[in-house]
Formats: sequence, C-alpha cells, structure tokens
Amino acid sequence: MAWVLRLFFYGVLVRLVVLFVLGLNVRHRERLPVKGPAILAANHNSHLDAMAMISLLPLRLLSKVRPVAAADYFLSNPLLAWFALKVVGIVPLNRQRRTPEEDLLAPVVDALDRGEILVFFPEGSRGEPEQLAEFKSGLARIAERRPDVPVIPVYTHGLGKALPKGEWMIVPFFVDIFVGETLVFDGDRAAYMERYRSAMAALALEEKHADWS
Amino acid sequence: MNLDVWVPRNVLWVFGAIVALLVVATLVVAWMRRGDGTGRHAELAARVRSWWVLVFVFAIAISFRRGIAIGFFAVLSFLALKEYLSLVPTRRADRRVLFWVYLCVPLQYLWVWYEWYNLFLIFIPVWAFLFVAMRMVMRGDTKDFLRAAGTIHWGLMTMVFGLSHLAFLLVLPEGKAVPAHGAALLLFVVLLTELNDVLQYIWGRTLGRHKVLESVSPKKTVEGLVGGVLSTTVVAFLLAPVLTPLTPTDSIAVGLMIGIGGFLGDVTISALKRDIGVKDSGSLIPGHGGILDRIDSLLFTAPLFFHFMAYFYF
Repeated sequence: MAWVLRLFFYGVLVRLVVLFVLGLNVRHRERLPVKGPAILAANHNSHLDAMAMISLLPLRLLSKVRPVAAADYFLSNPLLAWFALKVVGIVPLNRQRRTPEEDLLAPVVDALDRGEILVFFPEGSRGEPEQLAEFKSGLARIAERRPDVPVIPVYTHGLGKALPKGEWMIVPFFVDIFVGETLVFDGDRAAYMERYRSAMAALALEEKHADWS
Repeated sequence: MNLDVWVPRNVLWVFGAIVALLVVATLVVAWMRRGDGTGRHAELAARVRSWWVLVFVFAIAISFRRGIAIGFFAVLSFLALKEYLSLVPTRRADRRVLFWVYLCVPLQYLWVWYEWYNLFLIFIPVWAFLFVAMRMVMRGDTKDFLRAAGTIHWGLMTMVFGLSHLAFLLVLPEGKAVPAHGAALLLFVVLLTELNDVLQYIWGRTLGRHKVLESVSPKKTVEGLVGGVLSTTVVAFLLAPVLTPLTPTDSIAVGLMIGIGGFLGDVTISALKRDIGVKDSGSLIPGHGGILDRIDSLLFTAPLFFHFMAYFYF
C-alpha cells in the first residue's frame, strides 16, 4: 500500500510540481548515477531540494532512492513520521547524540550497504534561502567509511526562492541543477571536504545568478 | 469527448506546406553537413529538429478545439512568465506578490474563453497594474520598489497581455465583411513571425555586411533586416488570400508590420538578456534556447496584428 502511495507521490505529484510548476534546467545530467550505492551531495535551501533531485532519476530506481533527513524534524509527530518514512522514504538521521557512543551515521552506512542512492545535504539544514552555509564534515566521515561509494556534488539554484524555509506556498521559478564530477576519497577528511567545497563553488559559477534579497 | 478537427481546410493545407518546408530545410542542412563527421552546423541541425517538434505541438494545440488552443496559450504564457521572472532579479519581499502575478495568467485566458473583450483589454494594464502595486506597498519594503514594480509589470504586459492576443484571435466574432476563421488568422501571424525570424537570419548570414543595433544584438545586419522584411511581406501578400480577409494593400501593410515588429521584439528581448548578462533565456528548446528566445518576436507582432485586424476587419 505504502509503495503505491510512494509511486504516486514521486511519479505524479512531485514530478508535476518539479517539472511543470517549477521546471528544471539540468547541466551534466550524464554524471548522475545509474545504479546504487551512490550519494548525491547537494546544497540545501528548501524541502523541494530532495524532490527535485529525485525527479532527475528514472522511476525504476525509485525503490533504491532515499533522501537523508533530520530525525528530530521529520519524526517529531506520528503523522509526519509516517509520511516521511513510508511515502517520502527518508533515511532518518539524528543530528545530536543521545548517548556518547551512538553511531549517528550508522543508518546512512547501512543504507549504502543495501545499495541505495542517497540524497545528502552536507550543510545539515536549509538555512537562509539561496545562501550557502558551512558544509559540515559528515559527508567526509561517510566517505571515509565507504570509500568505494561514488559521491556526486550537485549544485541547485532557485528552489529556495520557490519554497524557502518557513513558507508553505510554492511560487514558480525555473531551477538550475548542475551535476558535478564524482569525488574519490583519498584518506584525508579535511582535504576531501575542501575538494567538495571547490567543486560546488565551480558549479555555482557555471551560471550568473541574480542576488535574491 | 469529440475530438474532430475544428479548423478549416485552408489551415490544414498551410500546415502541409509548412511540413514540406521543413522537409526541404532538413535536407538542405543534411547536405550542408555532408561528408565529414566533425559536427559542423550542429546548432543549425538542432534548430531544425526543434522546429519539427514546435510545428507538431502547435498543430496539435490549435487543430482540435478552441478550448484546447486557448489552454495551450495559457500554458505558453505561464512558461514564458516563469522564464522571465526566473531570469530578472526579483526581491525576496515580493515572493508572495509573484504568486498573484502568476494568478493573472489563468484569469486573463478565462476572459478570452468568455469572449469578454473589455476585461481582456483592461485587466492587466489597469487592474493587475494597480493591484500589484498595492500588494507590493503593503509589504512595506521601499528598497528597489520602482525597479521591482516596473520589472513585474513589464513581464505581465509582454508575457501575459501580449501573448494572450494570439488566443483572442480564436474568439473574434464574425467579421464585418468577409468571414474569417480565428485559427487561420492565428496561423497567419505565427507563421509569418517565425518565418520572418528565419528569413532575417538567412539574409543576414548570406549577404549581411552592415551592422544594425550592434550594441544590442551583434549579429543583426541591415541586409538581414531589409531582406527579411521584404521577403516576409511577399509571403504575407501571397498567403493572405488563403488565410485572411485582408485586401492586397492591407496584406502588404501587415507584412511590413510583422517584419519590422518581429525585428523589434527580437532586439527588445536581446536588450533584456544583455542587461541581465545571459546569452539564452533558458534551455528548453535545443538550438533555440529558452521559450523567450523563440517567442520574442511574437511579443510585438501578436498585439500589433490583432489590433490591426480588430480595428479594420471586426
């Protein structure tokens, strides 16, 4: 039952909103993964971020595609939790340790071991619309534990204008999605994050975007 | 649901002629690219391929029912407005204002569907103009107010008001003298406008020497402009008896108007893109760019042609 809802959600609703109401301008689509495991690591401005990226992947991969999302936010009430887990299909991630020895990244690593394609936001939160926050090192920690899993940087622009934090009404804007080249982990977490950062900066420069303030 | 073709036979014949023209264009481009596989004229080939799709979509959109055709132009207006509002700088404070701006699209086409001519004419220049200003003032943010208000209204006037004239051609009442079918008039102005674009391009590429408006659009030439306008006028003269009630003199006037108006629409959108600093308005149509790159000329020719017809013939 839930998978029918999920198929309807991503196959019809999300695609209608993302492809018609918004509209995507995708560059380097060929760099997207064709099978799992893989991580799409993107900047985060809107609830629509993950939706837009999942719309880029073919529906036959849907059972393998899941966004990594904050457990404290999405599991905060039972109805939202059911929707997030069953329909959106999130991999819930705790942002704060409850016990000192808790392995926060375990759900992500498990999902990768199941061969899933994860949408991951290294900024950790949506923050101010259309502004880049500091990338946290969680991405490097995952890459360190699963160095063979391809990590693809994805830069998006426009989704924070269409549906910023704290708003419920979607306003149509064309969205740019620029896909970067796969990053390989070389043993150094700080250097890895630096390469991710510069890859994202280079993607952002591919198009001139007007300020939004 | 009854999906009979509602357009008259002459419209179908002209579509047949367009397909023949596309076949010729496809063959010519294939001949130009013969021999080596170095990808010469790749953009030209992509452009011709896109023309096939555009002609097909347009033919399907206008052939079956008036409602479908009006809906098609509503969607076109929406996509054009969205491309415009994504391209130009907008203020964060106006996010919800833009929601109301988008709402003008279905409303404007609803007036077309109801054949409500007066409201169709004043809804955007008067009501939307005042409402948007009011809604913006209520946000209380005065920084860049005039720029934002002007930007938004310019988008509504061109992408919604201007384009909706194409749809209103479909609901024009019976003419004063000679009966005319709305779809035939629509096909006439769209075909001539697009043909004018192509002809100006071909004249410019083959004979172009002297630049015109170089600071706005560096590839435009006097030869392309004059050659395009004159050849478009010849086509208008020949095609008018097939599709329109235009007298021979009027058809020449309309041909000149579409030729010059198309050029002005083209360079106006070029000026806009140059101001913002982009080459193409989008990437929806391979070889052409975005929707604005394709409909730029129509933004001028559609209202010009419409009001010429409405004044003299309806």
